[in-house]
Amino acid sequence: MGARLKFSIETARRYPLSFVLKVLVVGSALLTLGALFFLLAYIIVNGVPHLKPSLFAWKYNTKNVSLVPALLNTLIIVGIPLIVTVPLGVFSAIYLCEYAKKGSKVVEVVRITAETLSGIPSIVYGLFGLLFFVIYLRWGYSILAGSMTLSIMILPLIMRTAEEALLSIPTSLREASFALGAGKLRTVFRIVLPAAIPGILSGVILGIGRIVGETAALIYTAGTVPRIPGSVFSSGRTLAIHLYTLSSEGFHTNEAFATAVVLLIIVLLINALSAGLARRLGGGN
Amino acid sequence: MTMQVEKLMHAVFFIAALVSIIAVALICIFLFANGIPAMREIGFLDFLLGQRWAPMNSPPSFGIFPMIVGSIYVTAGAIIIGVPVGVLTAIFLAKYCPAKLYRVVKPAIQLLAGIPSVVYGFFGLMVIVPFIRTYLGGSGYSILSASILLGIMILPTIIGVSESAIRAVPREYYEGAVALGATHERAVFATVVPAATSGILASIILGVGRAIGETMAVVMVAGNQARVPSSILQGVRTMTTNVVLEMGYAYGLHRGSLIATGVILFVFILMINLLFSVLKRRTNYGS
Repeated sequence: MGARLKFSIETARRYPLSFVLKVLVVGSALLTLGALFFLLAYIIVNGVPHLKPSLFAWKYNTKNVSLVPALLNTLIIVGIPLIVTVPLGVFSAIYLCEYAKKGSKVVEVVRITAETLSGIPSIVYGLFGLLFFVIYLRWGYSILAGSMTLSIMILPLIMRTAEEALLSIPTSLREASFALGAGKLRTVFRIVLPAAIPGILSGVILGIGRIVGETAALIYTAGTVPRIPGSVFSSGRTLAIHLYTLSSEGFHTNEAFATAVVLLIIVLLINALSAGLARRLGGGN
Repeated sequence: MTMQVEKLMHAVFFIAALVSIIAVALICIFLFANGIPAMREIGFLDFLLGQRWAPMNSPPSFGIFPMIVGSIYVTAGAIIIGVPVGVLTAIFLAKYCPAKLYRVVKPAIQLLAGIPSVVYGFFGLMVIVPFIRTYLGGSGYSILSASILLGIMILPTIIGVSESAIRAVPREYYEGAVALGATHERAVFATVVPAATSGILASIILGVGRAIGETMAVVMVAGNQARVPSSILQGVRTMTTNVVLEMGYAYGLHRGSLIATGVILFVFILMINLLFSVLKRRTNYGS
């Protein structure tokens, strides 16, 4: 394969069109990677010098612009949707893979709705969360309203990865379990599900990544109060919203850069985790 | 006893499977029930084709035509920038990249997909906007800035779907072309890529969906003026940013008109999704 990347004047003269295409292909790949590295380097170079201890004070005020409350809110808003959605998504995948009859109409409709959910932009989720959780259920701008909105948002992701994980388990495993006299439920929980856990976990990690970066679905559901919440019914901003408010106010550019660095570090960690998991999964086959 | 537990859990799994149906139904009901009355009050055509958005005036006017145009301009710009680079990068990954390099490049592109949109927006605000202000004039908050930023943001979507479409083309296509004396490039571009066309088209449609639905990155760089722009260096407001900018203080018909904007966006997205799933079904090579 490596030979395909060599550029020689000889071949360029003989096949000019091929040469131009090769330049375009390699150039595009370099452009894509260049954009990524420039973005990362720019934020890190400008942000790291501003990672001051005051940024990590326990309480936020307009002087220290601490990101700790936002960080804690992010953890809570990652946690609740996972608690709600992981069982739901996995159970739903179990139904689709293990219980539903082939060609069932219900399965067809579930697939279509899950695909629809995964295409809905986050601002539409935000609008729905505002109308349903904040106004109709009268939860107000709250951690709970934001969390429930995000629960629906990551449901299709958890469902799809769990389904893929379950489908990849060989049928012989299930047959062996049935042959030993285990019932359907026992087979699912004792044999199929444990084998599918790495796949399910990779979906969970992707879900965490989506929640950490989410802004539009949270502004009008969880709100933007920069405090550690007293209960799930009080408002609180996540790190991503914190970065948005800092940069749109425009008074704290340095702190915004530092916040962006922290956000990027979290995203990098999540990505490394999911890449590591994928490698272990791939290595197992 | 065991039979009862089996039956109970079967029911539990079934109910869990119904949740996504319930979620879509709830989203539709709440959006439409709040948006359609507002549209009716404003007048459906006045709302869709009205050129003036002045919700605080008396009498107010609620025309979202500038926002629809804005969304289309910005998305088109993102496609013009993102598609050529994305598809060529997908070709690089599938047909050029040595295995060792692939192990580095692929995760890097996945990382591009994982970066939050506020971070992209912040980057655009700090780098792209000043760059355009300095070298091309205007305020820098413009269709062009938003297009460049969205063009970068849709790259991972386009690369991912295009790459798997290209990889799904049977090897014989490529080998046959090379056996007939074609160069590597000619074999790839004249046989493999045409065979992957519907998959590549699907990737573009998915990219359109992402670009049209993106909110935070756009609101930070696009300037957000609610009028039909006359140059790509002018500011623009999209449907998504219209909602996020004004929802915080809107009430009454103004609020209804913002929800109705969301409804129109939702309908756009539903049409794009439908197109995508039709194309995806055509991509299968039976393997």
